[in-house]
Order: sequence, then structure tokens, then C-alpha cells
Amino acid sequence: MAEIRYAMAINRALADAMLADASVILFGEDVAAPGGPFTVTRGLQAQFGAERVRDTPISEATITGAAVGTALGGLKPVVEIMFMDFITLAMDALVNQAAKAHFMFGGQCSVPMVVRTPHGGGLNAGPQHSQCLEAWFGHVPGLKVVVPSNPADAYGLLRAAITDPDPVIFVENKTLYSMKGELADAPQSVAIGRARIAQSGSDATIVVYGASVATALKAAISLAAEGIAAEVIDLRSIQPWDERAVLESVTKTRRLIVAHEAVTAFGVGAEIAARVSELAFGQLAAPVFRVGADFMPIPFARSLEREYLPGEADIAAAVRRSLNWKPNARTKP
Amino acid sequence: MQIELSQQELLSLHQTMVLIRRSEERLSRLFADGEVPGFLHLSIGQEAVPAGICAALQAGDTVASNHRGHGHALAKGVELRGFFAEILGREEGLCRGRGGSIHVADLRVGMLGANGIVGGGLPIALGSALAHQVRRTGGIAVAFFGDGAMAEGVLHECLNLASLWKLPLIFACENNGWSEFSPLDRQFAAQLGALGNAFGIPSVQVDGSDVAAVCLAANRIVGAARRGDGPQILECKTFRWRGHYEGDPQKYRDADDLAAARNRDPLALSSARLVAMGISAERIGTFERTVEARIEAAVEAACLGREPDYAAAAADVYTQTAAGTHG
Repeated sequence: MAEIRYAMAINRALADAMLADASVILFGEDVAAPGGPFTVTRGLQAQFGAERVRDTPISEATITGAAVGTALGGLKPVVEIMFMDFITLAMDALVNQAAKAHFMFGGQCSVPMVVRTPHGGGLNAGPQHSQCLEAWFGHVPGLKVVVPSNPADAYGLLRAAITDPDPVIFVENKTLYSMKGELADAPQSVAIGRARIAQSGSDATIVVYGASVATALKAAISLAAEGIAAEVIDLRSIQPWDERAVLESVTKTRRLIVAHEAVTAFGVGAEIAARVSELAFGQLAAPVFRVGADFMPIPFARSLEREYLPGEADIAAAVRRSLNWKPNARTKP
Repeated sequence: MQIELSQQELLSLHQTMVLIRRSEERLSRLFADGEVPGFLHLSIGQEAVPAGICAALQAGDTVASNHRGHGHALAKGVELRGFFAEILGREEGLCRGRGGSIHVADLRVGMLGANGIVGGGLPIALGSALAHQVRRTGGIAVAFFGDGAMAEGVLHECLNLASLWKLPLIFACENNGWSEFSPLDRQFAAQLGALGNAFGIPSVQVDGSDVAAVCLAANRIVGAARRGDGPQILECKTFRWRGHYEGDPQKYRDADDLAAARNRDPLALSSARLVAMGISAERIGTFERTVEARIEAAVEAACLGREPDYAAAAADVYTQTAAGTHG
């Protein structure tokens, strides 16, 4: 066991994957010689050479479309989209090409590619460098979407994503890059689609992913001081998501809160709330509550962004609201 | 450098063009009879381009196509019964009836798919060329696109990146003068050759109705790409005889334009050349009837195919269905 930062855990996963499999190649904007805007790919070009680790021009559509072609050509490309906001420029390649090739061509081929991309606010990066757009990709049949919350999972899930025969969007929260955590000396893959109980509890279930896991764990500490035992479930991936783990927890706690940094409306929380309501309505002692960002672009100013981002107090408040909910009580919208 | 084709080579090119022409004419009749679901975009009049270019390719080379892709698929050698079965929406189709005319693909012969998105095949072909380069397969990739795709941003991105990385990639433009329902002069302010110049990519313009000219030009530039000289542009001036899609009333097109198109019939040109080379019209006719018989057998077999199984399709969204719930 050694302590490692989240960014370096990703770096190590990339290096180990490239050592294990000569068909893994990396390309993206400033990933090679400069080592990546967040230093995630530092040293990889020196280690693996300029053929396998390449800087591209600022051409997101072609980076991503080329990943589809290289994957069809027998390689396993891992490409980087520098900020998740820029993935808007790669939507045809992801939605129309990568996601559909296996199905649309009758199962003739697979598209084993990974798109790594950072999302999330907290850096005052403004409306076009901070968005959490992962729900869009969860809506597209054919894509897998992974959002690791800590260094060990970042390593293990990225190894799984690179081995996976299907296209995977691997979402890294920018504020997590400096997070420290333990990584085994011989770390293993972490299966995509299996949630992790980050903290056990019996009073309410908080479902989270990515950076919101740490926020929920902090909320759980303040709730514990009030005598409320919250269970925190780290989804790890949102497409697919671990429905069984969530249902098992809800069966125990009878209360569910889904929290994420992304905008609440039409989000991951909406999907999970709807699904749990369909499958376990009778088990619920209160409505499912969602915690997410307000329906507005992420603002720039420190004061505005601070207020915009959902925090531990918002999650704790949602848990209390669930616990205090009375049938037939009118709740304020 | 080869400057002329042998009788045998020209005969083989002619055969490919007949295969494309008669297959599409057959599809047109099936469409009129209501047998073809969805849209059908025919490339009748443009056969010399895929025939000439694919004749210059080897089995391991790859092509990415567009919505008008029947010719590319047939010239690259896709299995004929599976081709028709796909367009008819049958389980026995190359894509098990999930893609149709706009998504015909046969990875076994390097056909990476027709494409419903104008310009969508360009970066895929570029990625395929990158795979050839990195894996040292000795192969090259071809991106077939029409003049309509010249206005798409990805073409400009791909020209740039292909040049920077000296990729073994052919940009094969079928310039038929029509971007769907609009003429080229209202769609594109530049010239493809000038664009190639700007990116340091050599380009050749060729009469896309002359299969021999296309093939000889393709042989040269395919050789250059394979040698490691980097990407190449081949712009073929060609003519679309039909509408953008079958059923298109083409009110935007005048009779002179259509007549001009029909005056440059690539099959008539190659027939005349074969006769001039001493092959009898009778022998050419026998040859064509053999192709027609092959097509008829394939269509008959395709029509006997089953409707695709919904549950099998729904279970095949991913290669590897992960733990957890997808939808």
C-alpha cells in the first residue's frame, strides 16, 4: 500500500495498461510532450514513445472520430478531451459512431475506446470549463460512463475501461486530481457497474458518484452528530448503474437521496428516483429527494460559484427533509 | 509507371461497374415495389469512382463510406446476398437488419461502413489509417466523401491531422456537383485542390466517369500513400443521375443538367473502349448477363430471409454487457 494522488493513479493506470498491452495508444490535446493540462499523462511519452503517445491539434471531433477508426483497426485508443465542456464538439463521433457501431453493424465489431475527460466546478473556470455533462451520455445506448471518486477506483476503473470492448466515457472531477488515497502495490481492475458502500448506515441512503462521494461522507458525519446514520453508496459508474445495490440499501433504510454536482433537472438523480419509485415504491417511507445544481450555467465569480455548487449542507438538509417527511403534508416546491 | 490498362484489367473494372449499376437498378425496382424500408440513396452514374479506386486497393486496406455507399461496398467486395438482405431489413443482412442501406458494413473485407452523417466517415478513415501506420500493416485507408462534405468542419480537421502525421490516407472525393438539393457553387467557396495545397497534401483531379483514368490515378496515389508519402487527395468529377434519394422529384434540377449527366455514362464509355480494344459487344453482353444472374440469385436469396429478432437486437447493444442496469 502506498499513498498516491488521484491524478497519479490515473497516470499509473495508463502506464500499466500500456505495459500490459501494446495495442493501447494515447492521443489528445497536449497529452504527450506537455504531459496533460492537469499533468495526468506526464512522462508517458518519454516512457512509451511518440508513436503511442501523441499530441493532437485542437480538433475534438477528429480526435474522437479517429479513436473510433483506430479501435476498429485493432488498437485500444485512450483519448483525452481537455475539459468535458469541449466534448460538445465530439458528439457525432460519440453518439452516432462509437455508441452505435457494434449494434448498427450487427455485432461485427467492437469499439474498444476510452475518452477521458474532466468535469466539475470549484476552480472558477466559468460556464464553459466546469460543466458536468455525464447524464447526456448515460442517455445514449452503447456508451458506458464511469465516474471514479477516489485514487484506487480511478486506477481500477480505468484499467477496466481500457480492457472493456465497448466505448467508455471516463469522467474525472478536476477537484479530485490532488486527492490522496491508498493504492495497493499490485492494484487490480474494478468492475464497471458495481457500486461500493462508502459508508454503512440504516436511516437513509445517499447515492452519489465522483466528487460528490466525499461531500456526502462529510454530510454523513454532521448527520451522525444528530444521531442519523446515513448510508453512502458510491455508484462508480452511471451507465450502467448498480440498481441492485441501491435497491438493497433502500430496502434497509426506506429513504433515498441522490446527489450530484450536475444540474438537477433531467439528471442522473431523476433517472434513479424514477426507477426506484417504479421498483420499490412500497418500500419508501418518503419521496426520493434529489440534490444537484440549480438550473443555470455555472457562474464564474467566487461568491456565485460557491452558492451554485451543491455542498454537504444541501445533502444533509435533503436527508433531514426525508426523515421529517409526513404523509399528506404539503411540501413546498 | 503504368499509363494504360490491359484488356483484362479494363474488363474487370467494367464488371465491377456493371455489378454496381445493376444492383442499384434492382434496388430501385425493389424500392418502387415497397420492398425497401426507409431511404435509398443511389450512386448510379458514379460507378467509375468506387470501381477504379477499389481496384487499386488490397484486401487489407480499409474504406469508410458515406450515405451514397452501395458502390463503395460492392467494389470493396462485400458479400452480395448479405448486402441485399441488409437493405431489405433481413436477419441474414450484413448488419442483421439493424443498419440498412445507409449503414452497410462488412469489416471482413475492410468496409468500415456507410454513414448517415455527412463527413462522419472521414475521422473514422483517419483513425483506421493511424491503426495501419502504428501496427505497420502495410495497409492504407480511403475516405469516400461527396462534395457536400467539403463544407463540414471535420474535413478540414482531418486534412490537417493527416498531413501532420503523414497518415496513409486517401481523401477520395466524389464531386457530383450536388449537396443533396443544392448546387456546389452555392455550397462551397473554395476548391478541394487548393485546400490540399494549403495543408501540403498532393491532389489529383480526374474525370470520374472514366474508370481507366480513375484507376490509373488511384494506382499512383495509393502507391504513394503506401510508400509513406502521407495523405493524398483524389477528386473525381462525376455525375449523379438520380435524385438525392429515390423518390426525390428533383424540382431543383433542370433537364439540361440531367442530360449532361447521362451523356457521361461510365459504363457506355468503358464498353466503347473495350470494343475498341477488340472485345466483341456480344462478349461484353454475355459478361454483363453473368453479373445480372449473380445479382438475381442474391436478391432471391435475400428475399427469403427472416425478419430480425427483436430480443436478439435488444441484447446486443454492447459487446460486453456489464454488471448493473443499462436502461
